Amino acid sequence: MEVEEVVCLPRLSRVAVCGGTHGNELSGVYLVRELLKAKKGKEDAMSVQMVLSNPRAMQQCRRYLDTDLNRCFTHAVLNGPISDAAPYEMIRSRELNAMLGPKGSPQAVNLVCDLHNTTANMGLCLIAYSDSDWICLHIFRHLQRQMPDIPVRYIHFDVSHRESYSLDSVGKHGFAMEIGPQPHGVVRSNIYTAMKVGVQHVLDWVRFFNSGTIFEGGYVDVFTMVRHIDYPRDRETHHITAAIHPQLQDRDFCLLHPEDPLFQTFSGDTLRYKGTEPLYPFFINECAYYEKGIALSLARKRCVMIPPIRAQTEQEEQANRESFGSEEEEEEEE
Amino acid sequence: MEKVSFPPLSRVAICGGTHGNEMSGVYMVRELQRKKEDKALSFTVTPVLSNPPAVDACRRYIDTDLNRCFTYAALSAPIAASTPHELRRAQELNSLLGPKGSQEAVDVICDIHNTTSNMGLCLLLFSDWISLHICKYLQSKITSVPVRVILLQASMPEAYSLDSVGKHGFSIEVGPQPNGVVRADIFNTVKEALDLTFHWLQKFNSGVTFEGGEVDVYTLMKSVDYPRDPATNEITAAVHPQLQDNDFKLLQAGDPTFLSFTGETVKHEGEELFPFFVNECAYYEKKIAFHLARKATLTIPPISVKKE
Repeated sequence: MEVEEVVCLPRLSRVAVCGGTHGNELSGVYLVRELLKAKKGKEDAMSVQMVLSNPRAMQQCRRYLDTDLNRCFTHAVLNGPISDAAPYEMIRSRELNAMLGPKGSPQAVNLVCDLHNTTANMGLCLIAYSDSDWICLHIFRHLQRQMPDIPVRYIHFDVSHRESYSLDSVGKHGFAMEIGPQPHGVVRSNIYTAMKVGVQHVLDWVRFFNSGTIFEGGYVDVFTMVRHIDYPRDRETHHITAAIHPQLQDRDFCLLHPEDPLFQTFSGDTLRYKGTEPLYPFFINECAYYEKGIALSLARKRCVMIPPIRAQTEQEEQANRESFGSEEEEEEEE
Repeated sequence: MEKVSFPPLSRVAICGGTHGNEMSGVYMVRELQRKKEDKALSFTVTPVLSNPPAVDACRRYIDTDLNRCFTYAALSAPIAASTPHELRRAQELNSLLGPKGSQEAVDVICDIHNTTSNMGLCLLLFSDWISLHICKYLQSKITSVPVRVILLQASMPEAYSLDSVGKHGFSIEVGPQPNGVVRADIFNTVKEALDLTFHWLQKFNSGVTFEGGEVDVYTLMKSVDYPRDPATNEITAAVHPQLQDNDFKLLQAGDPTFLSFTGETVKHEGEELFPFFVNECAYYEKKIAFHLARKATLTIPPISVKKE
């Protein structure tokens, strides 16, 4: 039997845990506040930065003041021209980029863990742009094994680095940790505890990784977003004319088949899923997505093989830095 | 008890969006506005969207809580340019559906609300035989969710909610539903409650005598705030998992009420009472984690419509 080659990746020396990116998603707000209170000094192999991303939105217990902060991390917004009259969140995203990035540069933090809540019944989800970022996928598998009491899933948005728009894309690696169901503006004890335990396991994994542990390879299930479905709407007023059907409500990640009920109109009629492919629904009835035109999202599930990984030793990191330098020269010549 | 009679109830207002992010009422009112008037009914139904700017912004209110603006004092206060939107709007609603306390007021106001608390269907009302009979009727017919009555104790001048503007009135409060979200099951419960209310009104106006009897009611005794950091005033604990979602389950001394963010448990002390509005989103700013109630039994007389 072939022994799989262990993938060696740079140590994760700088980690950022962010809460309050949406000011009314309270588990992350209170968890980061607690972690800031309990802050210890820099550890040997890893420094952890706790960040409250959108303090002004938090003050008003709103998702955002002017515009959704978690859509303000594209290269265009971060590096383009900006006026004094720019929306608050665009100014703030550039501050966060200076603090934790710059995005795409060697100075960026190694890992961003951005904390979110959803009104959808999604359990704990890690949401990331890649289905081949071995750091994120190994952290995911670790959480699944350490947290058997809550469903833990991995959602992949197939968006290129160039077009990635969320805070977690600022770090060299990153993901959003999304936990629900919890109403916005409310903190539920069980959801808070799940997030606290989840973050603890993420940081523990990073410590193990940095200390040289070899993590064995294996297989994980990944849900890749395929498309969104909007609510039926009145043509003139644009108001929604139906709610998520009772048989779909709270059934995130239960396979949706063609002809399954999707919506119930306010006059009592059932509207059915007209797609031809059975898909996995998630973000079912997320409060913040009404204004984005999303009643639910749909994903395909596949099994992804993850290789064994370990952290590079100091010598390996040094050798890599030198060869990275020469690669840069080659790129400039092209 | 001797039978009590009332004039026919011919003008009914259904209000939604009194809090702009409590969505069942918003969509119920829109649905009633869309449907053609039912000429077979012995009463008119006026659907009212109470706070349109708050509905548009999907917020509870713009300047101040509209459902605290219906005291006689607030309704008669002079309006200036600086008057908060909701105080102004309350006076408009009072002209439309009232004036409160006068003969011109609509006969029944039914105001639709949602809560993030696990309260099933609750009817909030002042002690009024019409409203209490409607509640008794709903309790006897609805089996899908628990139906409970919360008795508010305030004099007419001090009663601050929209439903106090009509000659009779009550609020329909259904949860749990997150603010800004419409759940089909919750909407269906509201619809069922309204349909049954209309059935009752139709029967009442047609001359049916409704038997007297007993109604269990909950009366507010006190409210409990979250533990807070004295320096920042931020909450330091969440409602305990054993209390969360257990509205109306008797809370006894020693039962856990809060679990702090650092893992400590706070326990209930004193009289055993029934918690409700447990972890209601809008009450964080009102410094209320939950209310506590006593349970009592009210005797209501038989009622019928006054024959001409």
